Amino acid sequence: MSDLRELYQQVILDHNKNPRNFHELPNATKSVDGYNPLCGDHYKIYVEVEGDTIKDIGFTGNGCAISKASASVMSSSLKGKTTADAHQLFDVFHKLVTGEPGSLSTAELGRLAAFSGVSEFPARVKCATLAWHTLNSALEGDKEMVSTE
Amino acid sequence: MTAAAQTFPRPSSLIPDSLVPDSLDVDRIRKDFPILTQPVRGGRPLVYLDNAATTQKPRQVIDRIVRYYTEENANVHRGVHYLSETATDSYEKARTTVKRFINARDEKEIVFTRGTTEGINLVAQSWGRKNVGAGDEIVITAIEHHSNIVPWQMLCEEKGSRLLIAPVNDSGEVILEEFEKLLTPRTKIVSFGHASNALGTINPIRKMIALAHAAGAITLIDGAQGVPHLHVDVRDLDCDFYAFSAHKVYGPTGTGVLYGKESILDAMPPWQGGGDMILSVSFEKTTYNALPYKFEAGTPNIEGVIGMAAALDYVSAIGIDTIAAHEQDLLHYATKRLLEIDGLRIIGTAVEKASVISFVLEGVHPHDIGTILDEQGIAIRTGHHCAQPLMLRFNVPATGRASFAMYNTRDEADALVAGLHNVIEVFR
Repeated sequence: MSDLRELYQQVILDHNKNPRNFHELPNATKSVDGYNPLCGDHYKIYVEVEGDTIKDIGFTGNGCAISKASASVMSSSLKGKTTADAHQLFDVFHKLVTGEPGSLSTAELGRLAAFSGVSEFPARVKCATLAWHTLNSALEGDKEMVSTE
Repeated sequence: MTAAAQTFPRPSSLIPDSLVPDSLDVDRIRKDFPILTQPVRGGRPLVYLDNAATTQKPRQVIDRIVRYYTEENANVHRGVHYLSETATDSYEKARTTVKRFINARDEKEIVFTRGTTEGINLVAQSWGRKNVGAGDEIVITAIEHHSNIVPWQMLCEEKGSRLLIAPVNDSGEVILEEFEKLLTPRTKIVSFGHASNALGTINPIRKMIALAHAAGAITLIDGAQGVPHLHVDVRDLDCDFYAFSAHKVYGPTGTGVLYGKESILDAMPPWQGGGDMILSVSFEKTTYNALPYKFEAGTPNIEGVIGMAAALDYVSAIGIDTIAAHEQDLLHYATKRLLEIDGLRIIGTAVEKASVISFVLEGVHPHDIGTILDEQGIAIRTGHHCAQPLMLRFNVPATGRASFAMYNTRDEADALVAGLHNVIEVFR
């Protein structure tokens, strides 16, 4: 069960139970629906972008602990960052959860490091990245809906 | 009050340990299934409770497929040589096995398909396109699998006909009075499951078929979850079509059966065109083959069909009633044990159920339950079970589902309960 403790780290359990920014955004400049049709997870990600800056992020919806905690940690990590920062962090996060060696240390990863255990559970990578893929679409502004399949 | 809040599971103290005598020698049965002895996830014994998704295969089926490829492999209905005759003979004997298993009148009524889904699509596309028009109605129920929803939606979209849904009560049982109200002279076909893959509900299909016939409609039974658990006699049921998959009844994947009454199949246009479904082809005119070959275009899944017959023989040798009694014992025992868990709610509490238990655990998403059980070697299904409208009806995004087969044991039900206590521990 040690792998399980790696997967369900305290940060993930906490963000699952008390998700941050878990609400609609009245001033959202864009919102996108993200689905994982395999398990039925569904989130709506709201962003308020001014120039290059993500002024605010919110999300609603439901899914497993990994997907919800990921959306929550993502929203609190990216608030106030630039869209370029967001793309870079997604790249780092993706490498982390797929087990590819990344360039950032655990300290630099911050709260994202809590998702390091996901790489041992290939079936759960889509859960961890659903919110990120959805945000990516919102920032690129070309779609209303994304799916991980 | 939400629909889900109205669902009161029966307290476990009211459920007897067993309702029917269980005479199955499960230790002997388990020896027939080599995969069950394989340790998983770091040496844990496999507890396989995902049988509604697919069942494991006994040695008798595996050996039969090996023997086919070792001694009989050739294309069917084509060659004049020894192997082709042998393969054709085995393939056609399988049709007789299926005919007997579901008590069809004639081999012509047994069409081999890729599975239940293909059988339903065949009926929707062939019978449906010919017989359903604008303003006509098709009736299904609220507990159908996507494969018994989407083919009809596609037909309705093409033809301008309407799809009507018979509702279910809070236990997950079709409300027969509401079902009957939907049946009118506009109803062309009524299609419903023998048993629900998501909830386990066994529908009163004989009665539903009679009601549909009284309204002048024909009937299709999605038997994917019926054949593995219930005695099926298509003549006694008087259904017009009955579709099922081999892999849910201990046979190989990619093979299934569409039973249809001969008079109805005969009047239907072919669905797919190709080899084997024709008598003669010219660029001016093609003549189609007789039943059932009219509906079997292309080289079929020969190994699958032969393996399916071996699986049905295996089930027949044990006896479907003996299997059902064992599964009912497991269903009642596991239901009782699961209800002892704080915060666990069973979705689907029909009086008549197949050995399927769908459940939710307060504060833990089913997907997380699935991962944590898997680490302990316990395989269940989590998600929407290809029945998203049903999940909406019960106001849950997904459920965990434990489904039992003939080789499962009460010890495995206990392992599931212990596993769920570990889930609660992780999320405490």
